[in-house]
Amino acid sequence: MSAEHDPRHPIDARVDTPQREGLTGTAPTSLYRPIVDAEEITRAPDGRPLVEQPKWRRDFPIDTPQDLYVARRDFMKFMVMTSLAFTVGQFWIAGQNWLRRRRGAPELKKIASLAELPVGAAITFLYPEPGDRCILVRPAADVVVAFSQQCTHLSCAVIPQPEQNRLFCPCHEGAFDLQSGRPIAGPPNRPLTRVLLDVRGGDVYASGIELRTV
Amino acid sequence: MPLTRPYSRDQRATIVFGMLAFVLMLVFLQLWLLTATMNAYLGGDESVIWPAAAASLVCLALNAGLWRYLVRMELARS
Repeated sequence: MSAEHDPRHPIDARVDTPQREGLTGTAPTSLYRPIVDAEEITRAPDGRPLVEQPKWRRDFPIDTPQDLYVARRDFMKFMVMTSLAFTVGQFWIAGQNWLRRRRGAPELKKIASLAELPVGAAITFLYPEPGDRCILVRPAADVVVAFSQQCTHLSCAVIPQPEQNRLFCPCHEGAFDLQSGRPIAGPPNRPLTRVLLDVRGGDVYASGIELRTV
Repeated sequence: MPLTRPYSRDQRATIVFGMLAFVLMLVFLQLWLLTATMNAYLGGDESVIWPAAAASLVCLALNAGLWRYLVRMELARS
């Protein structure tokens, strides 16, 4: 049959089934009735024809499926750009880590003498870089501790409260243990950076820093 | 292998939805990697920095591959 078929009239599988060959005029008329007007670009989300749509939709025709496709495509493009930004961020961290290792260990630096620091007092100092503010506290006669003053939550300055044995962050009410620098309350979940101390002849020296995750 | 078969609009929309689901999962994974790596870096833990960067790069490559497929699909249509 296919060899004899006129190529100008393609076979419609719904009509020209093997059982219906040669039976013209028996197909339902709805088969040939156009479902959608060819000039009607608006395809409403509910699938009903335009004449059944509210007036605002007829006055502002939008090709909804095309709009949906373009919106998702552009959102995907934005997400791919976001992915690129995250990858750049990862390599930025790697670069910062390389620079930190390149700087090496910080130098020994005198920060105070015990005679100038009564029990319960605290002083601030800059270590190891000029922008890194730290705090030295003497909670007991034979104990001195020093930490970075930057809260590990959002870098607010922490305040020593030796009477409560803690360093307090007033921004979001975070608190750190005064002896260890570990978080004991509030949003911070990483300990304060500890400044390693060396007491020599009544003077207190900073000899390094200790970064910790737990 | 070049794409020669043009998809219909509904097919393309379905493909974009599927690809978007993968892209979103990968981007959220990258976000988690970035925050975890930053936390480790600030805490002095250097061991995770390069593996996390490599994993993030793989995610980017997958996303870029999906995006490339979408662009080629659009070109095949025209």
